Amino acid sequence: MINLPVFPIVIPALAAILMMFMPKRVQLQRAMALGALVMTAIVSLFLVHTVSTEGIQTLNLGNWQAPFGITLVSDMLSALLVTTSTLLTLFIVWFAVHYFSDSYEGNYLYISMLFLLVGVNGAFTTGDIFNLFVFFEVFLMSSYVLIVLGGRGVQLRESIKYLLVNIIASALFVMSVALLYGVTGTLNLADLAMKIPLVDNPDVITVIGVLFVIVFGMKGALVPLHYWLPGAYVVAPTPILAMFGALLTKVGVYSILRTYTLLFDGNGEFLQTFLMVLAVLTIFIGMTGAIAYNDVKLIIIYNIMIAVGVILYGISVNTQTSLEGSLYYLIHDMIIKAVLFMLVGMMIGITKSGQLRDMGGLITRFPVFGWTFFVAALSLAGIPPLSGFFGKLLIVSGGMDEGELFGPLLVLLSSLFVLYSVMKIFLNGFWGEAKREYDGPLVPYTKHLIVPVFLLLIIAVAYGFGAEAIHPYITQAIEPLVNPEIYIDAVIKE
Amino acid sequence: MEIFVSIIIGVLTMCAVYLVLSRSLLRIIIGTALFSHAAHLLVLTTAGLKTGAAPVLVNGVTEFTDPLPQALVLTAIVISFGVTAFFLVLAYRTYQELSTDNMEEMKGTESYD
Repeated sequence: MINLPVFPIVIPALAAILMMFMPKRVQLQRAMALGALVMTAIVSLFLVHTVSTEGIQTLNLGNWQAPFGITLVSDMLSALLVTTSTLLTLFIVWFAVHYFSDSYEGNYLYISMLFLLVGVNGAFTTGDIFNLFVFFEVFLMSSYVLIVLGGRGVQLRESIKYLLVNIIASALFVMSVALLYGVTGTLNLADLAMKIPLVDNPDVITVIGVLFVIVFGMKGALVPLHYWLPGAYVVAPTPILAMFGALLTKVGVYSILRTYTLLFDGNGEFLQTFLMVLAVLTIFIGMTGAIAYNDVKLIIIYNIMIAVGVILYGISVNTQTSLEGSLYYLIHDMIIKAVLFMLVGMMIGITKSGQLRDMGGLITRFPVFGWTFFVAALSLAGIPPLSGFFGKLLIVSGGMDEGELFGPLLVLLSSLFVLYSVMKIFLNGFWGEAKREYDGPLVPYTKHLIVPVFLLLIIAVAYGFGAEAIHPYITQAIEPLVNPEIYIDAVIKE
Repeated sequence: MEIFVSIIIGVLTMCAVYLVLSRSLLRIIIGTALFSHAAHLLVLTTAGLKTGAAPVLVNGVTEFTDPLPQALVLTAIVISFGVTAFFLVLAYRTYQELSTDNMEEMKGTESYD
């Protein structure tokens, strides 16, 4: 099973290509998409098991030696993230089956979703910086299609902005890769990690590192590169929004984590401060937005930014503890953001409005839905023993160990703001008086929709309760980040 | 030679930034195309514009230019071509739907569900 790392990329790609031949047969499209995703999920779980027993899996495509060909590297970090994103896509597609109308689904919807997963899984697995760019483009292209699908005026308007920002970010990415290649003469991540310390002028590397932070910060919505995020995400339909919120920004965060710990660690001081300042600013702006708005989608969208800031803070502290916390929180946040976006989309579906002032009293009609939202909200804020707690605990303690005070306190304070913002949705949306009549046909609608969301929430809760069982995997995932030699030795075999 | 091409890259980027910041949608798309050109030229330039034969194996030739950046540029060109084609069609559809080409008029806070 030497080819194991390539399967999470190839299975959805093949399924999507097959599905292109019958775009209008919606039933078949659903079955094939779900089947492919279940297969991918099984394979990725098997991949996690293999990596945990046998160490880092590498695959040289086309049998070329490591620095000369493209290498796929599945260490525990990428295996865990691939598993998480595949499971999330599975549940989101399940949700989309009940959410969208047949005419909408007949327009290559699932094909685009699968290609988005191909790009995301590829970006998590690749060991080559230019290949990372290509996989970025694969999922960005899919996201352009998904965000504009439906073609309403609002979507078109916001898609243009989203497209423009991402085209510029991609061009900057090519420029950064070009500069890095000009300095080192290689593209393989492990080989780069060996060559970068040998560069005569370390300041050049620092500049390139800052460029990479700018590029990935554009994808991952760091302040001051976040301005496109609220507008672009708020117009996307709910399942698409859940997919974007859970996966896209997190790929940017993963790329920062990978490049910073592997390539630019030796140029630490300046870059570390730079990342920390950006993280703190991101948390601030996210907090501000989360409490400012009364639009349920926007509240959760700004919560994405808070989470990205918290994870980035953990990365910038760069100790064993804080990196563990960051990874733990990253996986938790992917799951819980998908859950919350789907729940919020259901609220909008029932009340026909995104504004809190038009909602109220939902709990009397939909008790299961209401309490699901309540648990998800507590989990997001990090109430123990739910899943958001351990990640933040490790990030805060990691920051404290380094003698930081402001950062950890800000992370704790941001939890309060998160809790306030989602509880605002709960109190105004589910309690109180109904502001308008919610008519009948919507009730079976939510009964179907709540199933995947509920199952996903159970996974999130289990992830919190089983923190002790998951801990060895997290530790193993952090090892190559703290000691890049492990990663380099696994890729470049003597 | 690298200095000269670097200046050209700088001018291209400058024009691209100026165009992207303009109001008309088509100018913005032209700006992104120029931006891609600048990035592709930069890939070729940073790898070194050494004199040598084209990277095709011919008997008796020992000096070749670096083939890797050419492959990278080829990949980046087709990607940016695809994205630009999509962007142009999107601009056309937007013009049909909103009957404006002016980015200043594409405002609003209403979301859709």
